[in-house]
Amino acid sequence: MLYYILRRLLTMIPTLLVISLLTFFIIELPEGDYISNQIAVLKASGESASIAKLEFLRQEFALDRSFFERFAIWVGLWPGPHGFDGLIQGNWGWSFEYDKPVYEVVGPTLPLTIVLNAATILFVYLVSFPIGIYSATRQYSWGDYGFTFLGYIGLATPNFLLGLVLMYLANAWFDLAIGGLMDPKYIGEPWSVDKALSVLSHLIVPTIVIGTSGTAAMIRRLRANLLDELHKQYVTTARAKGMKEGALLVKYPLRMALNPFIADIGNLIPSLVSGSVIVSVVLNLPTVGPVLLNALQSQDQFLAAFILLFVSVLTLVGMLVSDLLLAVLDPRIRLGGGSGS
Amino acid sequence: MNLLSLERLTVDFNTAEGRIRAVDDVSFRIPMNRSVALVGESGSGKTVISQAIMGLLPSRASISSGQILLHDPLNPDVDLDIAKLAPDGPQMRAIRGNRIAMIFQEPMTSLSPLHTIGDQIGEAAQLHQGVSAPEARELTRTMLSLVQFPDPNRGIDAYPFELSGGLRQRAMIAMALICKPALLVADEPTTALDVTIQAETLKLIREIQHELNMSLLMITHDFGVVANMADDVVVIYHGKVMEKGSAEDLFREPKHDYLKALLNAVPSFGMKEGQRLVPIRSIKANLGSFLKNRAEACGSKTGNILQMSGVTKQFTSRKGGLLRASPRVFTALDQVSLSVKRGECLGVVGESGSGKTTAALAMLRSFPVEQGTITFDKGTGPVDISTFNRAQMLDYRRRVQLIFQDPFSSLNPRMTVNDILMEPLIIHGIGTHQERQQRARELMDLVGLNAKYLRRYPHSFSGGQRQRIGIARALALNPEMILCDEPTSALDVSVQAQILNLLQDLKKELGLTYLFVSHNLAVVDYIADRIAVMCRGRLVEIGPTQSIVEAPIHPYTKALLSAVPEPSLDALLDFEHLDAMRASEPELWPEPFRLEQGVAPELVEVAPDHMVCAPGMKTRETIEMLVERVS
Repeated sequence: MLYYILRRLLTMIPTLLVISLLTFFIIELPEGDYISNQIAVLKASGESASIAKLEFLRQEFALDRSFFERFAIWVGLWPGPHGFDGLIQGNWGWSFEYDKPVYEVVGPTLPLTIVLNAATILFVYLVSFPIGIYSATRQYSWGDYGFTFLGYIGLATPNFLLGLVLMYLANAWFDLAIGGLMDPKYIGEPWSVDKALSVLSHLIVPTIVIGTSGTAAMIRRLRANLLDELHKQYVTTARAKGMKEGALLVKYPLRMALNPFIADIGNLIPSLVSGSVIVSVVLNLPTVGPVLLNALQSQDQFLAAFILLFVSVLTLVGMLVSDLLLAVLDPRIRLGGGSGS
Repeated sequence: MNLLSLERLTVDFNTAEGRIRAVDDVSFRIPMNRSVALVGESGSGKTVISQAIMGLLPSRASISSGQILLHDPLNPDVDLDIAKLAPDGPQMRAIRGNRIAMIFQEPMTSLSPLHTIGDQIGEAAQLHQGVSAPEARELTRTMLSLVQFPDPNRGIDAYPFELSGGLRQRAMIAMALICKPALLVADEPTTALDVTIQAETLKLIREIQHELNMSLLMITHDFGVVANMADDVVVIYHGKVMEKGSAEDLFREPKHDYLKALLNAVPSFGMKEGQRLVPIRSIKANLGSFLKNRAEACGSKTGNILQMSGVTKQFTSRKGGLLRASPRVFTALDQVSLSVKRGECLGVVGESGSGKTTAALAMLRSFPVEQGTITFDKGTGPVDISTFNRAQMLDYRRRVQLIFQDPFSSLNPRMTVNDILMEPLIIHGIGTHQERQQRARELMDLVGLNAKYLRRYPHSFSGGQRQRIGIARALALNPEMILCDEPTSALDVSVQAQILNLLQDLKKELGLTYLFVSHNLAVVDYIADRIAVMCRGRLVEIGPTQSIVEAPIHPYTKALLSAVPEPSLDALLDFEHLDAMRASEPELWPEPFRLEQGVAPELVEVAPDHMVCAPGMKTRETIEMLVERVS
């Protein structure tokens, strides 16, 4: 097992390299870069005084080199103007837009992004499991139809609309503060119990908004998977032993129906990040989503590239976790090597 | 004393088309410590009866009237009517798995793949006898030794996918018997197993039945199994009891026409040359116009149509598990040499994993072989099929066709029969659209199906009809040779007789050559001119059908033959002398047959055309000694 984990970690390195190359390539696809755009603007307006400074900056950030050199310098595999100074060395790059290191721009938003994502995944699983099981075991009952109906509404409603509605309702009925992920007075404050509670209460609405469509999809899939399993022979075998329906359901078919969901953890993360951009803008959430959107628009390339890479890392870690969990839960994967049926 | 009595039991199914009566007024009794066999074709309602007894009827089904009375020896004062109990209620649950237990047909799917055998077996004991987990584990270990698990201590922590089919069925039996039930319901417990394993499993069930003093309800369609296992027999057809009585009476003097017909449809050894099976619904192959185009296709060519010499095929399993990194190599064919004569039917027999299907697929060039050559002779001399280029390969595909085992998955459910039959012609660019349609109609005629069914989809046909469509498809290109891969093993006996007769007629009329792969020796005995026996990728014996069946020389052939349950009370299985474990282990065969790893499986001719694999035998005298010892 240890060997397997080690091997998986090692294979992540080339994967990451390829991902970073692709990200960098895509970011650089549009003509020019942030500084050359600035220079063009200055030239057009006739101001040439600060052009020299910008030219200096271009050299400083190695923007005048070839594509592969720029990439290698960014990653830290090639000496730049200041020697080896890239991602590997811990330098996340410079944000032109904010005129700050990337670290300072995204630093505070990253933990909040992870917290929001984790909360959403938890929400999706916690809500969809009981409902999915209910729907599958009572197929074609009124409850099943009801949840199906709700699920389709959840799938069909645009997230930002739901966000606005919930924001209003939360404020009007429960007097929950809206917008942001914490009360404004805690921003910039050190962490305390009150601040954590404030974050928790602010998490409710965004979690529901971002998680709804995922939950609806998950309910449908769990229902379908479980229905497949419920008619398998081994369920009848367990019933023939005289087991109670409930215990039987949890021990046998549910275990089998779980596999696709665990395998899905890795896939959920990028869709949650990219899907939550609009919601984050609407709800004014300090996650990386809006920052990414901004950076892409203004060609703030190091910032954008870093965020995209960060999401890929999250995805890879999610994949690793789901693979390990699968191996733990399913002996066929652990022992069989694909020979079992 | 009767343990279980069914009194006028009627079960209805609610379907979209209305109520369907699956079991109609069925009454029979299961006496204490006796075995009752419930026999019938698929769809006869025998499984529904077992489900009713277990309280496991599907939700669409309900017991409309009648009683299922359980007279439990542990509670002799009450006759409990199972039909009245709520299927999920505590009373029924206390009976199910405790007093009445069940084994199912498919040992592959009836165990959960995610839980260890020990977990699944011990569960019933924990549920019904209130034992703790360690005690249940101890009980499980005892049960595993009782069902003769080779290594109970290791087996208890094994997962089902790590075990062979026979061992899984043993685990199922252990699971059913852990609470020492009064009645064991066995639903086709050996149908999915190889003959040698089947014989072992039947022996095991019988031994345990005597040891635990329980009654047995055996549900089967195999009269061989019935003859060997049952004291009483109930024959059921379309949900109605046709005939019931002691096995003695029913086999000696079947009264009802249906039972007579069923017994006539079963192939058995010692049928006379040219004797035909009598299927219940016989079909008439209409050759008519099909023959006209045939005459020039097959002239009067003789000799070997196909020859394998020294063919070796190895499969490398896709890396080991997480912990094992080195790939394992499995030899599916080990220097197999055999020839198929034009116009004959060569039967290839062996257990699962013996390489018989691999041999057939190698002949089709489904994959390259590591060693040896396969030559095909279309009348112009033998040519190595591995040297065929695209055009030659296309021509070869026309001449050699395949009939599959499973008639359900081998037909595309989204194509009409017309499309299915015309597809080979389209692929090979034969004829115009009108000619192809004409051809499809002729093919339907040929297999005795009405041409107006051409517009239907496969799902509207029964298993036997589908297999006939599969045969028609194989014949579409006017082939010279057909490889039949277990074409009847998924079918009922009565339908099997139908298909076997059809294949025989087609062979005679069209001058076809068959390679007939099967694990059922009685079937091969019926249809084949020569038999080749395979074991673990080696050809162990090959010869004319009669000498293989009547004077087998190789111990493996003997073991196979002795394990076939005959549908007659005069030739019962010799349970005392079964030795399946040893018989399929080439390293354990007695000299001169012993085959060690790496030893070439050489064939020795012991009689004209009769070869046996005996690497330890070199001289002429030892061969003669051996032949004498046999005869």
